[in-house]
Amino acid sequence: MSHIPQDLKYTRSHEWVKQIGDGIAEIGISDHAQHSLGDLVFVELPDIGRALSAGESCAVVESVKAASDIYAPLAGTVVAVNDQLRHTPELINRDPYGGGWLVRLRPEGAGSDAGLLSAIEYRAVADEG
Amino acid sequence: MVDFGGWDMPVAYGSQIEEHHAVRRAAGVFDISHMGIVDLRGERCRELLRGLLANDVARLNLPGKALYSCMLNQQGGVLDDLIVYYLDEDFFRVVVNAGAREKDLAWIGARAADCGVTLRERRDLAMLAIQGPQARERSAALLTAEAAWAVLELQPFFGAQIGEWFVARTGYTGEDGFEIMLPTGEAASVWRRLNAAGVRSCGLGARDTLRLEAGMNLYGNDMNEQTSPLESGLAWTVAFDPPDRDFTGRAALEAIRARGAEYKQVGLVLNERAVLRSHQRVLVPDIGEGEVTSGTFSPTLERSIGLARVPVATGQSVQVEVRGRAMPARVVRVPFVRHGKALISLV
Repeated sequence: MSHIPQDLKYTRSHEWVKQIGDGIAEIGISDHAQHSLGDLVFVELPDIGRALSAGESCAVVESVKAASDIYAPLAGTVVAVNDQLRHTPELINRDPYGGGWLVRLRPEGAGSDAGLLSAIEYRAVADEG
Repeated sequence: MVDFGGWDMPVAYGSQIEEHHAVRRAAGVFDISHMGIVDLRGERCRELLRGLLANDVARLNLPGKALYSCMLNQQGGVLDDLIVYYLDEDFFRVVVNAGAREKDLAWIGARAADCGVTLRERRDLAMLAIQGPQARERSAALLTAEAAWAVLELQPFFGAQIGEWFVARTGYTGEDGFEIMLPTGEAASVWRRLNAAGVRSCGLGARDTLRLEAGMNLYGNDMNEQTSPLESGLAWTVAFDPPDRDFTGRAALEAIRARGAEYKQVGLVLNERAVLRSHQRVLVPDIGEGEVTSGTFSPTLERSIGLARVPVATGQSVQVEVRGRAMPARVVRVPFVRHGKALISLV
């Protein structure tokens, strides 16, 4: 069974969101998602400063098996991307909730994570496949 | 786990890429029991197979010798690709793809009766492929001294019955190794003993990246009933000589030869950070279009490679539509990798 940390928020499309302070939200993909994709080999990340709306495709992760779009879980501006992934995409497989983070956003407006899933709600999504 | 020709098979036991490297650098074992093993018996086996297969079993003169061949329909399309072993004048063994098994049995069966040849599918046998530079030694270590001697003496593309096992020096990875057919009841314990001997468990995912690096076709992807071997990189497996051997599909292939094939198979290397996948469109400026038939990320070359069917006039460079973008790709001669070494230049 895949690992789903209690303190994060999730989406139905398998992204996670972590509040890391100063109002910044960090985004990555769940353990369930990295396991389904298999070994990751390429990651395409957005430009810093890009404004994203919620649900907009903002990155692509590509494994030996398949390419998968990553959708912004909330609206905001990209303030940082994980450059290490350009050369070591396998960090996502090894440490999906830590070293494998993808994008940091400054969310637009308050309470913008209202539509996100709790760990318990996401468990049900992950169990469906 | 994925469904593969009706079998539940693991894509990977752990990391697919590490499984791939294990085979290139040491040894890995694959459960390929999904392959169909069919024994043909009868005095006219050779005659039957000379009419059924595009390659010529007349080339099989030494007991145990194996031959790779396509089996064609009347239109010259590929019904299946298979390996045939010559064991005795009245005993040949054929190994076919899981997905084509029933079709093949019906096709061969319909013609076997006329030659008095009987078919027996060997569902009682499992099949393990042990592949890699260390594969032969580590497999032999499981055997008695006498049996080990016999399997280590096997020449490439030969098989031999050793006790209850049929061991062949064949494979689908571009590395040395064995494919072993053995009673199903023994397979699990042999697998565990191989693991204990340092042979890594490998799934379908690594099997696909290894065969593609080795430039080997996958039935259903790189050729099918609508494509001829001449347009699928398999012309080398068609024996037009002797000219009077009338095999199924011969007339259609000769017609293609006479008018010139429209397509050819090529290898592609992508330098961009993206992955070639089957069915992507290949654009050949001023000439036409083709299609990627197999694509993947090559763990050995650390970039994407693929096989494509393209117009015969295609030169050294093409573009491939990947995720809505036309990306330049280089046309190369396959294999990409053999015996652990890159065979193409990486510029």
